[in-house]
Amino acid sequence: MARSRVARLSSALGLVPFLAYLVIFLIVPTLAVAVGAFTTAGRPSLANVAGLADGAILNSLWNSIVLSAVTALIGGVVGALLAYAVVTGRPDGLLRRLVTSICGVLAQFGGVTLAFAFIATISGAGVVSIWLDATFGTAFTSSTWLFELRGLMLVYSYFQIPLMVIVFLPALDGIRIQWREAASNLGATTWQYWRHVGLPLLTPAFLGSLLLLFANAFAAYATAAALVSQGSPIIPLWIRSALTSEVLLGRENLAYALALEMVVVVAIVMVAYSLLMKRTARWLQ
Amino acid sequence: MSASSAARTRLQVFRVVILVLTGAFFLIPLLAMLDFSTRDFLAEGRTWAAWGLLVTDPLLRGSIIISLVLSLLTALGMIVLLVPTMIWVRLRVQWMSRIVEFLCLLPLTVPPLVIIVGLKNVTLWLNYLIGDTPYWLAFLYVVLVLPYAYRALDAGLSAINVTILAEAARGLGASWLTVIAKIIVPNIKTALISASFISIALVLGEYTFASLLNFDTLQVTIALQSKANAQESVAASLASIIFAAALLIVLSFVSGGRKARRTVGTPIAPIPVEPTRETQ
Repeated sequence: MARSRVARLSSALGLVPFLAYLVIFLIVPTLAVAVGAFTTAGRPSLANVAGLADGAILNSLWNSIVLSAVTALIGGVVGALLAYAVVTGRPDGLLRRLVTSICGVLAQFGGVTLAFAFIATISGAGVVSIWLDATFGTAFTSSTWLFELRGLMLVYSYFQIPLMVIVFLPALDGIRIQWREAASNLGATTWQYWRHVGLPLLTPAFLGSLLLLFANAFAAYATAAALVSQGSPIIPLWIRSALTSEVLLGRENLAYALALEMVVVVAIVMVAYSLLMKRTARWLQ
Repeated sequence: MSASSAARTRLQVFRVVILVLTGAFFLIPLLAMLDFSTRDFLAEGRTWAAWGLLVTDPLLRGSIIISLVLSLLTALGMIVLLVPTMIWVRLRVQWMSRIVEFLCLLPLTVPPLVIIVGLKNVTLWLNYLIGDTPYWLAFLYVVLVLPYAYRALDAGLSAINVTILAEAARGLGASWLTVIAKIIVPNIKTALISASFISIALVLGEYTFASLLNFDTLQVTIALQSKANAQESVAASLASIIFAAALLIVLSFVSGGRKARRTVGTPIAPIPVEPTRETQ
């Protein structure tokens, strides 16, 4: 008995390098944020967290939430429709493989490159803005809307929609064609089928995917950082200015409090997500 | 009969409309980048001058090299850290598998921005021990690519029977090192390639860590150069998208029909209760 326990523990020693690495580069930084948020000049304090109640920061928290919610909804609805268009085709067809591959790429395609894609498209010198202005007499070439919250919403949709397709396809695959047939054999119309069978089954997966998209947008940094070079309309950009500028003297640990705020929001959303996914997984099997 | 064929027509119309609209939304910005980067603002016609700068501009060329080296270092570090660990978990420490999986997927829940805020002391140490070079970023990038690499390797290891292979080799007198290096690793080649490709693609697109630590990687330089020459930045952006997309699309077709559906269809984020692979 004792020997087997020793053998068990000595085998576990093989994992020490891996565990040590993650402690240094993932666990310690996360804990440092939690500790730093409640420390000022080496002493425990609530000053940093209290700093979050600042009007400008609260305003950018609200902007972050609106941005994440709106892009989660746009991405969720459009992505679900696109996933449905794909899933009604041949399961091993070229279309499905093409769309899933492309979505896999585009869901990762946030950041600087995405910002420049939209700058080339619809900013002042953008190809589409010039065309729209010339054709419909709009004022896109003289507008800076792309660098405001509305612009971020458009740009974020570019990676939210493909992410939705990837996370929602498995749920749509779980819907059996036999259910549809059974419903229509009993005389249900298309509308009745969706109202009483399809939508109730898909709702937990859909809501779960929305939460994932929300967290994805809330934590996104690079795209916004590349687009918005001045000011901090959203929380990730507040963290940037708290990290890089010397202006916020006496509030050195504000970055920790902001980061803690971000991780708390994301963690709450992700826990809700995994609860909903557990519910979905029950009938997916 | 006519009702069901009408329903089918409606479905086909719906599919075409959705595919065309979303296709346009995804394609137009890419085409606009091509148009923007080759437009000649001084004269009529097209110019490829901005694209030429990708190789001739020393600043951009330098940052491309830094990013490529970093992506290779990251892929290497990921393999050295993850492959022996994951094989070892399957062979000898099954009871740790849930913990290892949880840790590997954790970076999806902790945003990179949060990690970088908390890493201040660690980066000071890295700077002190290794010096002021961008290449130690690879240590941090390994954590960033961990969830994606884990999923790819996990799919590969699930497809073969690690325990039976290992027992057979051990029975013939092979050491644990031989088992890992000569028996298991050759059997998960595709998974190793997928994990490496994903890591490379992610590192080439990384901006958060590099910009906040003031290192001139490709994405940081693209963002800086836009102030001087927007066309050059757009050309470099498009080039890096095409390169990463080529890597990932080749990958999804290389890993084959049946497996491709698994790896591509696998959600980006953790689903706690996954159906077991045997039932699928």
